[in-house]
Amino acid sequence: MTHMKAILMAGAASVAMTTAATAQETSVIGVSIPAATHGWAGGMNFHAQEAVERLEEVYPNLDFVLSTASDPGTQVNDIEDMMATRNIDALVVLPFESEPLTGPVQAVADAGVWVTVVDRGLSVDGIEDLYVAGDNEGFGRVSGEYMASQMPDGGDIVVLRGIPTTIDNMRVEGFEQAIEGSGINIIDMEHGNWNRDDSFNVMQDFLQKHEQIDAVWASDDDMAVGVLAAIEAAGRDDIQFVLGGAGMKEMVQRVMEGDEMIPADVTYPPAMIATAIEMTAVGLTSSAPVSGTFTIGSVLITPENAEEFYYPDSPF
Amino acid sequence: MTSDTATPAPKRSLPSMSLLGPVIALLVLIAIGASLNSNFLGAANITNVLARSAFIGIIAVGMTFVITAGGLDLSVGSMAAFIAGLMILVMNAALPTLGIGVPIILLGMVVAIVAGIVAGLINGFLITALGIEAFIVTLGTMGIYRSLVTWLADGGTLSLDFGLRTFYRPVYFDGILGISWPIIVFALVVILGEILMSFARFGRHCAATGSNEHVAHYSNVDVNRTRLLTYAMLGLLVGVATIMYVPRLGSASASTGLLWELEAIAAVIIGGTVLKGGFGRVWGTVIGVLILSLIDNILNLTDFVSPYLNGAIQGVIIILAVILQREAKAKG
Repeated sequence: MTHMKAILMAGAASVAMTTAATAQETSVIGVSIPAATHGWAGGMNFHAQEAVERLEEVYPNLDFVLSTASDPGTQVNDIEDMMATRNIDALVVLPFESEPLTGPVQAVADAGVWVTVVDRGLSVDGIEDLYVAGDNEGFGRVSGEYMASQMPDGGDIVVLRGIPTTIDNMRVEGFEQAIEGSGINIIDMEHGNWNRDDSFNVMQDFLQKHEQIDAVWASDDDMAVGVLAAIEAAGRDDIQFVLGGAGMKEMVQRVMEGDEMIPADVTYPPAMIATAIEMTAVGLTSSAPVSGTFTIGSVLITPENAEEFYYPDSPF
Repeated sequence: MTSDTATPAPKRSLPSMSLLGPVIALLVLIAIGASLNSNFLGAANITNVLARSAFIGIIAVGMTFVITAGGLDLSVGSMAAFIAGLMILVMNAALPTLGIGVPIILLGMVVAIVAGIVAGLINGFLITALGIEAFIVTLGTMGIYRSLVTWLADGGTLSLDFGLRTFYRPVYFDGILGISWPIIVFALVVILGEILMSFARFGRHCAATGSNEHVAHYSNVDVNRTRLLTYAMLGLLVGVATIMYVPRLGSASASTGLLWELEAIAAVIIGGTVLKGGFGRVWGTVIGVLILSLIDNILNLTDFVSPYLNGAIQGVIIILAVILQREAKAKG
């Protein structure tokens, strides 16, 4: 969490600077993110709102416009509206999908507006001024390495994938590379769409289809919930553990308590949106340089460090 | 009750294809499933499939009446999510006073049923009393309930207290004589629905209303009351489905019940009910529901098709099942 501290310090420094340079004009930061359609996005929405509320107090000369979209088309409309009616000075965008958002965000950048892209990159390089990136391949790699370390003799695992997207592909590629040569076999892979109900159904069917499953890579904590319920209902004891991902508080708590079925978790922090908004605010209000790429790594949560990743107030 | 149903149907040597179409599609699917995986016809897999069909199935029975009466309800998926969220909140709130036990479960069930009926009545009232298109009203309430559950959950997930969930869990997973509760409730709803549709006055009023509102009106059918009742009944059944849904994972979020409305409508149409109204078949709806959940099940049990194509396979089978009916109808 050292980067958070650094940002906070930078924030504090810039407050001092802006109060010194009084009577500045008000700048507007537009924030456009996908709606809270699943657990991770819900957490991301929570952190975005919290960051906006906090920063509005810290920087009296900053105004924020926050909009949530439930599909890429709506997100494009939101951004166009922000440009046309709110005259934004900076845009923080977590693209719903890379391709459809690239053109519209490019137009924003061409108009001279500061652009911060979060999590998903755009399909053309060099549009954004700041890229706060999640590391999807790293997420898969850390998960795969953990699996390999827990199963030194190899074994048969099943994998639940998310909604078919580039994010999901990158995670699975990273995972597959990490377990290569470890003797771990992926005997089945199916999309659980980052959804508890879908993953429950898929896992029920996997349990029917395979008599021996050594472990499950649920690749997401929401999906892990569905997987665990299906295993519990079937009364199977061949599965040694389930590895989720993202860092949902209930799962982190189980890791903390030393639950054998959930021995670890891999972070993909939804709070990265707060990092992006914060850095953008710093960039607008101070002379501290914030352009470039800032990658937020995926970290393995184990019982030893779980406490650091437990946020009881967050909805996720 | 059954006194005036005696008009004899024209005798045929074979049941028409519109009756047989969905049945054949279902049998073909079962044969494919059985040949692809030996566990397919096992008791455990059949229980899984039937139990998970129950939510959509219970809702689809209600939807059959709404569609037969010439209406439509797009809000049921969101409504189920909202009721599930409400139920979890109420039960968690009542936990300190009531403690874990049967009373709190009953409280949750009453909340679900009442909320369902009220939600259904609101849809029905807007459609019948204010005369707004069903599509628009329920599109509106669909968005409202979906947003409400997201708001209640603060964008995250509402979870039932762990101890409470353990106590409530048997309602989804246990049953009588190895048949789990969702399947039993689904079966009861279907039987009652079939009786109501085929033998009771209410079913005939629904069909009359759906086939021609004015003629029905002149034939002394209270069109608005019939419509209102179908929406209230659908709401009630959404409540019942939610009672079965909550104990499974003990949680509700913005992604609960996503697209259930379309699955329910698709099941109703596959089963032979006419989308424009005027004719409904409850048992057909059951076959439609089973076809839909079997497709998912079979695709998970085989490595035959790329999972990217699951949606396409589903689409093809839905259209085929309906074509099978039309073809036969055209031939007479």
